[in-house]
Amino acid sequence: MAVVSRGFGARRRESDPRLPPGQYLTEDFPVLSAGPTPRIDLDQWRFGIRTGGGAEVSWTWDEFQALPIEDVDTDIHCVTRWSKLGTSWRGVSLDTLLESVESDASYAMAHSYGGYTTNIPLDELRDGQAWVAFEFEGEPLDPEHGGPARLLVPHLYFWKSAKWVRGLTLMDDDEPGFWEQNGYNMHGDPWTEERYW
Amino acid sequence: MRAEIATSTVDGNAAAGLLWDVFETDVTALIAVCGGCHQAAAVAAAVVEIDEAAAIVRCRTCTHTLFTVLRQDGRARLVIGSLHEIVRP
Amino acid sequence: MTVGGWQPARVVDAVAATPSARLLKLQVPGWPGNDAGQHVDIRLTAEDGYQAVRSYSIGSYGPGDTIELAVDEIPEGEVSPYLVRDVLPGDELEVKGPLGGYFVWRPGGVEPVQLIAGGSGIVPLMAMVRAARDAGAAASFRLLYSVRTAEDAIYRDELGRVATDGGVGLTWRYTRAAPTGWQGRLGRVDGDVLRGATWDPDRQPIVYVCGPTGFVEHVADALVQLGHPSARIRTERFGGA
Repeated sequence: MAVVSRGFGARRRESDPRLPPGQYLTEDFPVLSAGPTPRIDLDQWRFGIRTGGGAEVSWTWDEFQALPIEDVDTDIHCVTRWSKLGTSWRGVSLDTLLESVESDASYAMAHSYGGYTTNIPLDELRDGQAWVAFEFEGEPLDPEHGGPARLLVPHLYFWKSAKWVRGLTLMDDDEPGFWEQNGYNMHGDPWTEERYW
Repeated sequence: MRAEIATSTVDGNAAAGLLWDVFETDVTALIAVCGGCHQAAAVAAAVVEIDEAAAIVRCRTCTHTLFTVLRQDGRARLVIGSLHEIVRP
Repeated sequence: MTVGGWQPARVVDAVAATPSARLLKLQVPGWPGNDAGQHVDIRLTAEDGYQAVRSYSIGSYGPGDTIELAVDEIPEGEVSPYLVRDVLPGDELEVKGPLGGYFVWRPGGVEPVQLIAGGSGIVPLMAMVRAARDAGAAASFRLLYSVRTAEDAIYRDELGRVATDGGVGLTWRYTRAAPTGWQGRLGRVDGDVLRGATWDPDRQPIVYVCGPTGFVEHVADALVQLGHPSARIRTERFGGA
């Protein structure tokens, strides 16, 4: 039994067990980007999955909207240490999208309009762990937060949830995306503080 | 879990307590050789971001994460990163 | 009895050291003694089980079951205001330690020792000064202590005595305001200050630098510029600027 210290605890800051190590709670939604915000016309928008062999399956915005859409309530954790609990999104599950693809690849590189890339193990995009999300808190996703659609992989640090996502390229071997080449972790698990390379 | 503590970097001396939970001895005087850049330095000299739950211990020369030491559910965990070797000086 | 490394401890003395810092003496039954330069982790538990852990350097050294800590209050802090303002003799807390085997000094070496402290970085270095004085080695020690004002200097009187009687070569550096009659200039420690106040690299001193991270980085870089090999510079960073 720990020794109790008389009178201690009055100045505590809120401590939430849902926060991974090194994170603090925010009510805001900070915007961090590696470059300018791309403006994407919905008529031009495509989401594609390309296999190692070069085969590609893709969806237009209308085709995408016709897929099963899920509500997602989740916590998100940024490597810059802010966390936002209980955020709500709508999007298409990667499980749905990957049904159209045959591949024994182990990894995926997410590509975005504007050139951003980030790598994720394929089995961490399956089984209800990832979505292509286009609504946040009941509204269409704002361009500065990645709209029209972003990848949403909330169990990893949020830099893996690529904004302005345009597709995945499946790979046999893990390759570093943009931040992973610039000092950040290949995997990015917030619960073991996999922040840096 | 206080991010305000963690936002200021310190050094391996500050991780001695968390590391003691894993090894039950002081390891800060041991030399750590980085697998990324092969530079050797005392664990005490590494760059550390620390709060009550975890310490990220990085090579001072190349910034790769040598290891992360965590306290979770009452257990101490050391997750190895780029650490290649430990040498007793 | 140590449970998960945590040992019960009792505050036996609490004395103001500066307007923002306090010296605490803790009795730790079963304390194995500690080397000069080591630290402890302190754990505080509230009535509802909420806990906080912080590290503090030990200003004392050697055998015995009483240790001395100096706690500087961080404004808006969670633990330091409690230790500086609220804690009373008789209060209980938990201690893990002694910790640290790198930033320590033990008598017996032949090389001179250079100590450089910024603010509360003086605490582990004070343990070294005390150990050196008791070992008759004070004449081989030089201490450069950088503080904002003279009032902010922890251990100010004792350092004055050690410099006079024990032979430690003490140099003060004031960054914000100097005491009346001070002939030197104000400002941060820089290469010129170091050149004038520290053992020449030719003497091959072991150098210990302790204080806020920015201070330690700045001083360590300047020492290397002066010709001190980095292998002979030991550092302990306290965080903050």
